[in-house]
Amino acid sequence: MRERERIPSGCAVAGILSQSGQPVGGETIIQAMRVMHERSNGLGGGFAGYGIYPDFAALYAFHVLCDCKGSIDEVEAMLRKNFVVEHQETVPIWEHSPLRDHPEFMRYFLRPRESENEEELVVQTVMEINARIEGAYVISSGKNLGVFKGVGYPEDIGEFFRLDEYQGYCWIAHGRFPTNSVGWWGGAHPFNLLHFSVVHNGELSSYGINRRYLENFGYFCTLQTDTEVIAYLLDLLLRRHRVPPEALGTIFASPFWSQIETMSEPERSLYRAIRVTYGGALLNGPFSIIVGFEGGMLGLVDRIKLRPMVAAWNGDMFYLASEESAIREIAPELDRVCALRAGEVVMGRLKEGVLHGQEFAASRV
Amino acid sequence: MKVLDGRGKPYREVNALLEELWQEGIQEVLLRSINGQRYLGRGFSRGEIIIEGTPGDDLGMFLNGATIRVRGNAQDGVGNTMNAGKIIVEGDARDIVGFSMRGGKIFIRGDVGYRVGIHMKSYLDEYPVIVVGGKSGDFLGEYMAGGLIVVLGLERSRPVEGNFIASGMHGGRILIRGEVDQRFLGAGMKVEKTAAGEWNEVVPYLQEYCQDLNVPFTFSSDEFVSITPLTTRPYGKIYAY
Repeated sequence: MRERERIPSGCAVAGILSQSGQPVGGETIIQAMRVMHERSNGLGGGFAGYGIYPDFAALYAFHVLCDCKGSIDEVEAMLRKNFVVEHQETVPIWEHSPLRDHPEFMRYFLRPRESENEEELVVQTVMEINARIEGAYVISSGKNLGVFKGVGYPEDIGEFFRLDEYQGYCWIAHGRFPTNSVGWWGGAHPFNLLHFSVVHNGELSSYGINRRYLENFGYFCTLQTDTEVIAYLLDLLLRRHRVPPEALGTIFASPFWSQIETMSEPERSLYRAIRVTYGGALLNGPFSIIVGFEGGMLGLVDRIKLRPMVAAWNGDMFYLASEESAIREIAPELDRVCALRAGEVVMGRLKEGVLHGQEFAASRV
Repeated sequence: MKVLDGRGKPYREVNALLEELWQEGIQEVLLRSINGQRYLGRGFSRGEIIIEGTPGDDLGMFLNGATIRVRGNAQDGVGNTMNAGKIIVEGDARDIVGFSMRGGKIFIRGDVGYRVGIHMKSYLDEYPVIVVGGKSGDFLGEYMAGGLIVVLGLERSRPVEGNFIASGMHGGRILIRGEVDQRFLGAGMKVEKTAAGEWNEVVPYLQEYCQDLNVPFTFSSDEFVSITPLTTRPYGKIYAY
């Protein structure tokens, strides 16, 4: 048995966004994560890349984790019911990786059979597969993006999935130190639904409330990690309720009632209304999160800043990380560095007119 | 000055190399290309280290007399549980600077994050001091039991933007240059103009800070307010049987 020793960890998060849409190789985000090795304990690591499938940019890319051979046929039958499978393949892995006992990973590029309510169809299909088919989970379901995650240190997971062979305009990453849920391949971060992905350092003591709140809207938690609720809340708030992303802080990390009382009108009424309306979406407990979405990336820390995060800018590049050193590793010279403040969204957006779909694929040739 | 390149070296190796140099009689080392290594200078009782780059968390943890200077920004937990010595940061530092600090000095030229000086304490001749040149985040001096924190707000008119200043504080003293509204203070604190007697005690630390960081000394006591706890046992009644 391995000698017991204290592992001083606390989860690592990092994100890179090229606001001009320049492709960034997967090895860059791995390099940033490697600096924060001590924040993880080898029980989870993962990445989400945006803009990585330019040849299939118009199709929904489903990454499916499958831990028993039998169920993949069921998954495919369910996919074919609502979608045309334009292309499918095994997600390439590094054969000589030291990581053992890994599940199978498949990816499918899907065209919905009906063009109305496509996104609802995707959400329903993901929920149905994850809840009904034993051992199979859709871990990402957006267009032109993919989640790669598993049990191991983030740098080993990145090599396992051969991320140096991908190019994306945005990457977010996580190194895990699970404190109160199991370390398994599906429970690693990022968590994704449609084009929303999230990595999280912290614990959500509001998980039960958030989970029950989401069930009212047809979202069901199956992945045994608190962070899953954030991915579904993002879909509910940003897509279905059209909340602007910069307002996420007022919902996830709302000011205290005592602070709201000292505000002047109309802010006081607005904040009061938001807290009343979205009480079930308030995230309680310590967190720092990085959210990736189509065309942007944002960072947010909890109301009393119990977890660290630093933002930095250099030219068109926007960075977020648990530690400044992770950013300095890939961008030694920076125009600006600052620590995030409690409850405030720090966001970067792709510039208008920046191409990252099929046009971008053509322009690379 | 002896130069040591830290690129790609794990923190244990860097600290071991430094200790070898002390044993050879070297007293001053320039540590180049540091990025993210934690616990640099941990527990060192001698020597002077100048760091170029971004040192990792818990810089100078348990420091016991050595001097560390950072030419750049530091991360979380600078001087965690330090006993003696001095840490000078020429840029910013992040959260929990001086966490459970028991002695020595931490001088930061730029801004600091949340919970600076949390749980710092003094005993007999041991008297920890933190001086911040910029501004501070929320929960400055949380659960503080002893020692001194000074926030100078050199670039800004309002130095401490933070809320919940001195929450749970029950000993020691926080000096802030500028006005502090009572509503930003934790419960059971008082804020007063800094008195002449306490100012005279603080001046030597500020002079040392200004010399170390090349800042002109232009301060006077009437620019500062002092925050101290109303009682040394704010929660005594809560736990009374």
